[in-house]
Order: sequence, then C-alpha cells, then structure tokens
Amino acid sequence: MTDTPTPPAGAGPAAWTPPTRFAVPGRIAVSNRAAATWQRAVLTDIRRETPRAATFRFAVPRWAGHLPGQHLMLRLRAPDGYVAQRHYSIASPPDDLGHVELTLDHVDGGEVSGWFHTVAKPGDEVELRGPLSGFFAWPGDRPALLLGAGSGVVPLMSMVRHHRARNLAVPLRLLVSARGPEELVYASEYGAETTAVFTRDAPPGVPVGRLSAAQVERLLADGPDGGWEAYVCGSNGFAEHASRLLVGAGQPVDRIRIERFG
Amino acid sequence: MSVTRGFAGRPRVRNDGLPPGQYDAGDDWPVLSAEVTPELAPAQWTLTVDGLVAEPRTWTWDEAHALPPSAYEGDIHCVTSWSKFGVRFGGVSLDAFLELVRPAPEATHAVAYSHTGYTTNLPLADLTGGRAWIVWEYGDGPLPAEHGGPARLLVPHLYFWKSAKWIAGIRLLDHDEPGFWEQNGYHHRGNPWEEQRYSGD
Repeated sequence: MTDTPTPPAGAGPAAWTPPTRFAVPGRIAVSNRAAATWQRAVLTDIRRETPRAATFRFAVPRWAGHLPGQHLMLRLRAPDGYVAQRHYSIASPPDDLGHVELTLDHVDGGEVSGWFHTVAKPGDEVELRGPLSGFFAWPGDRPALLLGAGSGVVPLMSMVRHHRARNLAVPLRLLVSARGPEELVYASEYGAETTAVFTRDAPPGVPVGRLSAAQVERLLADGPDGGWEAYVCGSNGFAEHASRLLVGAGQPVDRIRIERFG
Repeated sequence: MSVTRGFAGRPRVRNDGLPPGQYDAGDDWPVLSAEVTPELAPAQWTLTVDGLVAEPRTWTWDEAHALPPSAYEGDIHCVTSWSKFGVRFGGVSLDAFLELVRPAPEATHAVAYSHTGYTTNLPLADLTGGRAWIVWEYGDGPLPAEHGGPARLLVPHLYFWKSAKWIAGIRLLDHDEPGFWEQNGYHHRGNPWEEQRYSGD
C-alpha cells in the first residue's frame, strides 16, 4: 500500500500523485464565483413528504444551475445580527431552471430546520450560496448505483429526477432505506429503478431488515459492463454499513462516493 | 443581508472560542469523510516525509511512537459549521519529524496525503512551530478508524479537512498544489477565523 513513489520522469509538479491508492477523483469543476456569492431566495412552496420531512421550493432568479448530487449553503439572520448557516443537499433536478428544492427533516432542537418547519411560509426570503462541491455530483454520464437512507436519499433523488427528465439511457438503480413506509420520503415518486428497504416496520409482504449483502451482491452481479459508479448518502452508520457491503461485493473503493450527514 | 422573518436562532451564548459562522457541536463528532473507511492496522501504517528535504524518511508505527510524545488540548473546527471544544489528541509534534528530515530552504508548502489517496495542501508555516501533530490517541483511547485511526494529521488552527485522516505522508514542495477538496471548490488555506471555506472567500 505504501510502495516507494516514483514520480513520472519529466512530469511537472502538478502531475505528482501520492503513492497510496488514488482517491476518488472529483466529477466536475466547480464555479468559484457561484460558491462565493450569497443570493436571495424566495420560498414559493412547501410540500409535506413525511411526518418529519417537508420539501421547500425556492425561486432563485440568478441561480447558475447545478448538477444532481451537489449541495448548497443556506443562512438565516436574526434581528440582532446572529446568523445560522447550514449545508443542504439539493433535491431538485438541474432542468428546474431558476429554482431549487430542499427536503429538510425537522431536527429536534434544530434552529434552522425548526424555523423551516414551524415559521416559514411562501414569500419568506433566505440566502443561499452554491452549488458547492464537485465530488458527489453525477452529470448523468456513468451507470449509477445509488444507496441512501433517511434524508440521505435527497441528493440521490436529484439524480433519479434528472435521469427521468432527460430520459437518459445510462443505467441507474436506487436502494433506499427507511425506518417504515411512513418515513419514506418521495414514496410516490419511485419507479422500477428503486428498491425500498424497511428497517423497523414494512408494508405487508415486505421483509423488515437492514440493507443486506445479498441485495447489494445482486445489484453488482446484474450491473452494466464496466460496472457502477456508487453513490452512498445517509448517516455515518448507514454509510459505513453500505460501503462495507459494496466493498465486500467487489465494488472498487475508488468508485464509491460517500456523503455522510453529520 | 436582510433579517429573516420570525427567525430567533438558538439562545446566544457568548463564546470567544467560536469562529464566525460556527456552532458548538457539544458531544457530537460528525464523520464526513468522502471515501470508504480503510481497514488499516497499526502494523501496516507508515508515515513518509519527503520532497524538498535533506533526508527523506519513512517511520513505522513503533518508530513514530519512539519520538517524544506531545498532545493537543483545545478546539477543532469543521467547514460544515460545527466546532468541538476541549478535545484531546495525543501523538507526536510534526516538528519532531521535520527536524529529522531537515526541510530545504526553498520548501514553502506541503501536500499531506492519506493511505486512501486523499490529499490536502498546506503552507509549511502552518505545519511548524508546535501547531501540527501526527496523532493516534483521542481522549484516553486509540483514535477510532472512522476518525482517521490508526493515525491522522492534526492541524487544529485550520478547518478540519486539512487534518488528513489515515495519514500516509507529507511531501514538501516549493509551490502550492491544491489537494482533494481544494480541487473541489474549497479554500486553499482554510482559516476558520477568516471564514475561508470556499475558494474565493
């Protein structure tokens, strides 16, 4: 794992890569200007998804566009100048021009999610910057195997919606884990590409249990030529579980992208 | 920026240790690595310091532990807005490693890299003068794998993505070379007190 590095002869310093296994490369270049500029966003709609989660739709006229899987930073300001800011994954697909949607859990004691779930109404203004980070982005180019749990399905849903909106031929599969049917966000939107896993209670005829090695092995065995690009999103516990199953089933580590919710 | 209607925020606690835009995560320590947590035993771990140095060198786990111990007790700050107060990390000061390899006068920057291949860039000045460590203890126990164990770089005065987990090596350079997150839109230096989160900040 730590063989002596031998930089290629004549290569400039920028060509140097560490002697260790190579990190998962970023997917796209990101706009530094978009990342640095705060923009006003007007809340236009609120849709309930589950008892604890709702989708908030914003009009952002100067939004530069994003790729599925990217996130943004959002901030709220109190009258005394106190500012709270959070990172959120973007749920909406890129073709929804001039708009972004976020799906937020109501976190116990969460000052920002609490405001969204108890105070916010259409017409309210917040500030956003982004899109941020090219690492978890999916431009719709490579076959994608998506594994998400809870609100970790949010950036993956942007990918599913993009896949549908563009009618893309590239294979895409989604494994989504929820405690029970009531807590499955976007439940009415899933199609043949999706398998739902329920960890606490399940609809009649569906087994209860965690995402299993057999399920992951089956998806890898049925994968396209050249394999999948895997995207994993959820709590750290889920991310560790799912990434271990992927590695165990033969998915190369440099083709697993992980977004962990803190 | 205008005031958000109806937003009060959490009760204000005066905390001079909290950089702008950060909140106190309390007992939480979120894990945010973007790659699979590697299974790396101490016996497999090594640390190499090379590049613009007089004597490039690789330490095994036992060799690194033979250097004088040094601990950091204080705060850490993550770019995703959480800060964690009063943590303790134990290991060896990076100065002890650098003293033995002797950086060349033209060395100005470094790339730290992980056993996963993760990279991050730092000015050499941020790695010297008792401000950076190689650590293998958290609290009184071993550093957990998901937090970078068996050993990680610790540069607590910068955002925590600079503190490369599963540290494998540090290469000294005469120029700045963006690492993994820096190529993905993050700031080159990452000073939390100046809120250098993204490039352009």
